[in-house]
Amino acid sequence: MKNLVTIDNVDMRYGGADGTLAVEGLTLHVEKGEFAAVVGPSGCGKSTLMKLVTGLHIPQKGVVTVAEERVTKPVSIVGMAFQNPTMLPWRTTLDNILLPLEVVEKHRGRLRMNRAEYVAKAEKLLETVGLKGFGSKFPWQLSGGMQQRANLCRALIHEPDLLMLDEPFGALDSFTREELWCVIRDLHFERKVTIVLVTHDLREAVFLADRIFVMSSRPGRVIEERIVPFERPRDLEIMYQKEFNDIVHELRGSIADARKAA
Amino acid sequence: MSALSKNWIKAAPWLCTIGLFAIWELAARLFGLPQYILPAPTVVFNAIVQYWPAIWKNSLQTLYTTTLGFALAVAGGLGLGILVGWSRLIYSGLYPLMVGFNAIPKVALVPILVIWFGIGTIPAVLTAFLISFFPIVVNVATGLATIEPEMEDVLRALGARKMDIMLKVGIPRSMPYFFGSLKIAITLAFVGSVIAETVAANSGLGHMMLAAQSQFNVPLVFAGLIMLAVEGIIMYAVMAWVEMRMTGWAHRGQGATA
Ligand SMILES: Nc1ncnc2c1ncn2[C@@H]1O[C@H](COP(=O)(O)OP(=O)(O)O)[C@@H](O)[C@H]1O
Ligand SMILES: [Mg+2]
Repeated sequence: MKNLVTIDNVDMRYGGADGTLAVEGLTLHVEKGEFAAVVGPSGCGKSTLMKLVTGLHIPQKGVVTVAEERVTKPVSIVGMAFQNPTMLPWRTTLDNILLPLEVVEKHRGRLRMNRAEYVAKAEKLLETVGLKGFGSKFPWQLSGGMQQRANLCRALIHEPDLLMLDEPFGALDSFTREELWCVIRDLHFERKVTIVLVTHDLREAVFLADRIFVMSSRPGRVIEERIVPFERPRDLEIMYQKEFNDIVHELRGSIADARKAA
Repeated sequence: MSALSKNWIKAAPWLCTIGLFAIWELAARLFGLPQYILPAPTVVFNAIVQYWPAIWKNSLQTLYTTTLGFALAVAGGLGLGILVGWSRLIYSGLYPLMVGFNAIPKVALVPILVIWFGIGTIPAVLTAFLISFFPIVVNVATGLATIEPEMEDVLRALGARKMDIMLKVGIPRSMPYFFGSLKIAITLAFVGSVIAETVAANSGLGHMMLAAQSQFNVPLVFAGLIMLAVEGIIMYAVMAWVEMRMTGWAHRGQGATA
């Protein structure tokens, strides 16, 4: 399979020559259609990795490519979602989801004339994430879990090839989190979208991902790459199998080492 | 119980106002205070009736200078606020200047305004403008400067230009700050216009009160105060209403929109 994302020996330093070196010698590849997870201790440069891939930051050294093009400016074939859903409170959920279309070059000119088509698309997405009929509600009328579902819809409305998720479930209770794991699992399956999920929850990473990258403490780089062999579609039940827990355990060991090394 | 306490809450402002006037009236009568120290409310009310044509004319003049200065402050404050909130460079360049300017007591500017524009309406309008302009700038700029970085990242990653982010997120987001600042600004605008009127005008409530004072017509001075309070309350209420109408989404806790 072809790589959709490659990061090749990248250094990223914030704040000038003697600023914080966030990642150093970072190298990783994500195949098209794959579900990759990046785990690592807090502050190791996971969010920096997201910003490098989306073109929000350009590295001082090394090359980032997305869809075979070197990243030198923001890449609009990417959708993003963060832990903080950042819905705009003056817009309805539906209008929040349509927001990217008002920005992306390819859609902004068409939106006004073809609004019905886009609204139908947004409503379809809402249905997929279990928010059917909530489009007319304002974000503050939704629970945290529902807002995060809407946030996923917003990240997907422009049909990105790559979905970057930065600890999107970090602020949710464990039941809601498990529900959303299933939502994202199904989205990945149905839309064949490539997903990079940044998380510090190892069970989440093992349940969702095909491939897990473990990062070292700052300056971050990949110290381990682990293939997760479980068949898809996966059921939440697999989390209670021995093989599952073995992988989680092993990853935990790697991260503990990484933290000690720092 | 809850309906009862709700009614009490509704009635409270009226009861307090009436109570204040009642105590004032009572105190004035009980202690037999002379009119040139503290006229009783009934005496002030009589003065309002007696001098109504003059009071009315001067009230309109003050309202006119205040709202004109305030309108200029809204336009200027909104414009400069957006500019300052737009870029860190403009912000760091202008902010110290604005803080310094705001620290100058505006009454000290009135003589300069008189030199430039002479005695009359213009200094009053400009003083109202100068004094009410700053809170609007600061509030609009704050709203723009506190956009969530994640929101900005999401949009920038999609190829949004600064203009898109401002129009879609920054400006709507700063509107509650802006409309909130209008309540402060209109109150300050009255302060500005009345200051200028007492120093350099031949009409307006400030001028009228100063003239009344020099004739020891203390009831008329108090009548002017009452009129100022009334105008202030009305304009404040208008601004509060505008704020509610324009940014109901920001007041969701109180069941404004549902
Ligand atoms: N905009 C920035 N300016 C300066 N330092 C930053 C900035 N963003 C992140 N950093 C630093 O870079 C390091 C990696 O940050 P980040 O990628 O956010 O880590 P993670 O998401 O893994 O917790 C941290 O030490 C952080 O303090
Ligand atoms: Mg992070």
